[in-house]
Amino acid sequence: MSLMGASSGRQVETFRSALVGQPARRVDGRAKVTGRAKYVADVGIEGMLYGKMLLSPHPHALIKGINTSQAEELPGVWAVLTARRIPGENQIGVVLPEQPLLAREKVRHVGDCVALVAASSEPTAEKALDLIQVDYEPLPGVYAPQEALQEDSPLVHRKGNLLTHLKIRKGDVEAGFGESEIVLERIYQTQRQEHVYLETIGTLVTPQEDGSMNILASIQCPFYVQKGVARVLGLPLSKVRVIQATTGGAFGGKEDVPSEICAFASLLAHKTNRPVCMILSREEDLRRSSKRHPMTITYKMGATGEGKILCAQIRVLADIGAYASISPVVLYRSTVHATGPYEIPHVRVDTYGVYTNNVPNGAFRGFGTPQVTFAHESMVDELAAKLDMDPIQIRLRNGLKLGSQTATGQVLEESVGYEETVLKGMKACRWELKRAANRRVSPSRRRGIGVSTMFYGVSLGAKGWFLDGSAASVQVHQDGSVSVAIGGTEMGQGAQTVIAQMVAESLGLPLERIKILPTDTGMVPDSGPTVASRTTVFSGNATLDALQQIKKKLKELAAEILAISPEKVTFRDEQVLGGEKKLSFDQLIQACYQRNVNLAADGWFVSPPCSFDEQTGQGNAYYVYGYGTQFAEVEVDLDTGQVQVLRVTAAHDVGKAINPQGVSGQVEGGVVQGVGYALLEDFIIENGKIQTPNLATYTIPTSLDIPQVEVIIVEAVSKDGPFGAKGVGEQPIIPTAAAVANAIYHATGIRVRRLPIGPEILRRAILKKETGNMRGDHR
Amino acid sequence: MKEDSPELIVQLVVNDRPYRVVVAPQTTLLQLIRDHLGLTGTKEGCGKGQCGACTVLMDGQPVNSCLILAVQAQGHRIVTIEGLEQDGELDPVQQAFIDEGAVQCGFCTPGMVLSARALLDRLPHPDEGQIKEAISGHLCRCTGYSAILRAIRRAGEGNKPRK
Repeated sequence: MSLMGASSGRQVETFRSALVGQPARRVDGRAKVTGRAKYVADVGIEGMLYGKMLLSPHPHALIKGINTSQAEELPGVWAVLTARRIPGENQIGVVLPEQPLLAREKVRHVGDCVALVAASSEPTAEKALDLIQVDYEPLPGVYAPQEALQEDSPLVHRKGNLLTHLKIRKGDVEAGFGESEIVLERIYQTQRQEHVYLETIGTLVTPQEDGSMNILASIQCPFYVQKGVARVLGLPLSKVRVIQATTGGAFGGKEDVPSEICAFASLLAHKTNRPVCMILSREEDLRRSSKRHPMTITYKMGATGEGKILCAQIRVLADIGAYASISPVVLYRSTVHATGPYEIPHVRVDTYGVYTNNVPNGAFRGFGTPQVTFAHESMVDELAAKLDMDPIQIRLRNGLKLGSQTATGQVLEESVGYEETVLKGMKACRWELKRAANRRVSPSRRRGIGVSTMFYGVSLGAKGWFLDGSAASVQVHQDGSVSVAIGGTEMGQGAQTVIAQMVAESLGLPLERIKILPTDTGMVPDSGPTVASRTTVFSGNATLDALQQIKKKLKELAAEILAISPEKVTFRDEQVLGGEKKLSFDQLIQACYQRNVNLAADGWFVSPPCSFDEQTGQGNAYYVYGYGTQFAEVEVDLDTGQVQVLRVTAAHDVGKAINPQGVSGQVEGGVVQGVGYALLEDFIIENGKIQTPNLATYTIPTSLDIPQVEVIIVEAVSKDGPFGAKGVGEQPIIPTAAAVANAIYHATGIRVRRLPIGPEILRRAILKKETGNMRGDHR
Repeated sequence: MKEDSPELIVQLVVNDRPYRVVVAPQTTLLQLIRDHLGLTGTKEGCGKGQCGACTVLMDGQPVNSCLILAVQAQGHRIVTIEGLEQDGELDPVQQAFIDEGAVQCGFCTPGMVLSARALLDRLPHPDEGQIKEAISGHLCRCTGYSAILRAIRRAGEGNKPRK
């Protein structure tokens, strides 16, 4: 991608005109390529202790007793803690109060923590863990949601195994099926996926002289950590300060789980009054962190003979794991998005979230949408095949447009880029040509192309509306440089760069004058979580709100100096312009400081209203939606069942793209995570025991597994977004798996309804089909 | 760990600077670099040689420093990410990573940059397959590798091999 406005040569710090809508180099790029960026494990403090967790070996067991005395006597051990020694509340559940921080009476999965150790070195801490004796009485466990719903199932929690049941009731599905000329019913299954952010979760907690805690950590959601730690230590929120360290990826995996790790380290720091660092090993991180929910989705769809979809009846069964994590909100999203980006008159959705003794599932990029999208996009493809329609035509016939009504009865009044993503992507990938091309490239190799589409509600929607305000704090310094504190976090996605671009654009300054500070609960009010593709919009709007207040003062003084009216003042290229007259930005700032004009301001932005009726599932579920279409081209080896994804064309409507280079990076990365989800990744737990405990057994795509990715940015601007932006983070992983599955069907005629589509599964299906063919069942 | 292990002396050159370091026998090269020399640009992603984040150059060859004992580095020349920048001037690979958007979270970046540097020293104008092969031992979860491939290609285009 060309970088407009960038001079050649040593231009790292002088990408002057990287304003809104132009590709901008990352503001943190130089620190990261030189190794200077400080992740939490890179920050050591003299005298700090090392914290370690003792995790349960059993997926379900009663704790009859814990003996820590031998561990406590080991030289170098400073503290051994169990659930009995928690000063505040032994509770860390972020959505529901059902997750003890330290297990007391029983353990519910193999990541449950029963004791903590702080020691002067990591090996000593590990030795101490070995000396703790825990007397367990193993209990029968339950590991599949179908079984967990049966009456005689073991109970994970006393209240029963059904955590949540969400519903949509729109129109009359029975009447809809009656009118339909074709009805299909299929079952789709998806697997557990692990985030594999490259940096594991970690924290360094430093107790302060007044008993408060300073927490530096690798996190997505500092305000969750603040609340979690305050609750466990029994401290007021004002005495828990959380600062985000440079964070090495998150993808949802650092939404709620880091609150647990930070609370562990804080307990040890509180007990010992020493700094405590706790950096998870990869094995600990895989064992304890949340995953993407495996789901079984029973999908029944009815349509006319011309491919107009009339009704959809959908049952989603999700494995929650041992604790709720963020599941009720994830499943809200699955429910709202279950019908896909289609206008369907009659809809019935029932989503069940069920406890098991598996590792908890929670937030993961896409947040409950990739699973249902695999189902609806496979289903629509199957419907097109039955009707002998082009898969694009059936999507265009039913796709959302301005004025459409969603499954929740929401009428879309603005910013619907669905059709444009389909049409632009179709053209770019040369759909018709590829679709008609010879699929046989050799006797044993077949090629195919498939399509998949999606929509995604921006931010938290009705279920999270109470968390959906965000703050920013902007200060223009005396030398005309600007610091900005935002409540959203940078975890690699490029948030700091887009915020800096907005400030630069708004004040007419080069990017290098803008400093985005590390996110710090001591500097910015609670801004909710950094999730749901909301940071560009929410931190962006809050920043613009603060800037507006500062600019009002700047304009007033400039108007006075230039003797014009304030409305005529504009900011460009480090100049303050007023008609013919101008002064430099620096002169204006000097003038402000000489007259004691306060150039600091706090901004705030609240989500536009959303609604959702629990009984009918009707309402304006999210304030606006992003849309996307992906086309996957695959080559299948019939002898081995191996699939290579050759190319993915990904068209995404993100509203205004503040930083097109950043948007492309999000899409390229999301597509590859999606290819992993489609073909490769499966976090396997058998009878509660993890079978993929490390990165040799849980494999993600490498450079040898990737397709060529072509990114097409569609900009259906949103009136509520900063400069019209809608955000992009989650979108690109959502449609990929179904596009790949549909391409495999096009290549081979084999429909796989279960992820991941590994070589064994596909090879078996190919053999079955060949056997069928030999019996005369030729296609 | 130092308290109950015998100690060994390792002499090695890191980023052109000679060091004499006292370590425990089980200390890895990664621990030596991070904990003893304070060069924290080298990252630990898994500690098992499965992710490539801890890659450094040993006599010009990329190695997983978590799999090498410090004593095995005795007498060798090591380059870490801190050794690439010369007098404030970035290595062309580092610059290309910035220009092409090949950096997101940045945790894989130091290792990835060093493997790319080693590749370009060996093959000044590598083809796509050679680039993919050279970084196939490095996991990146953010970028999907495309931008990294572009960056390495770009760095190769302006290549005048170093030294």
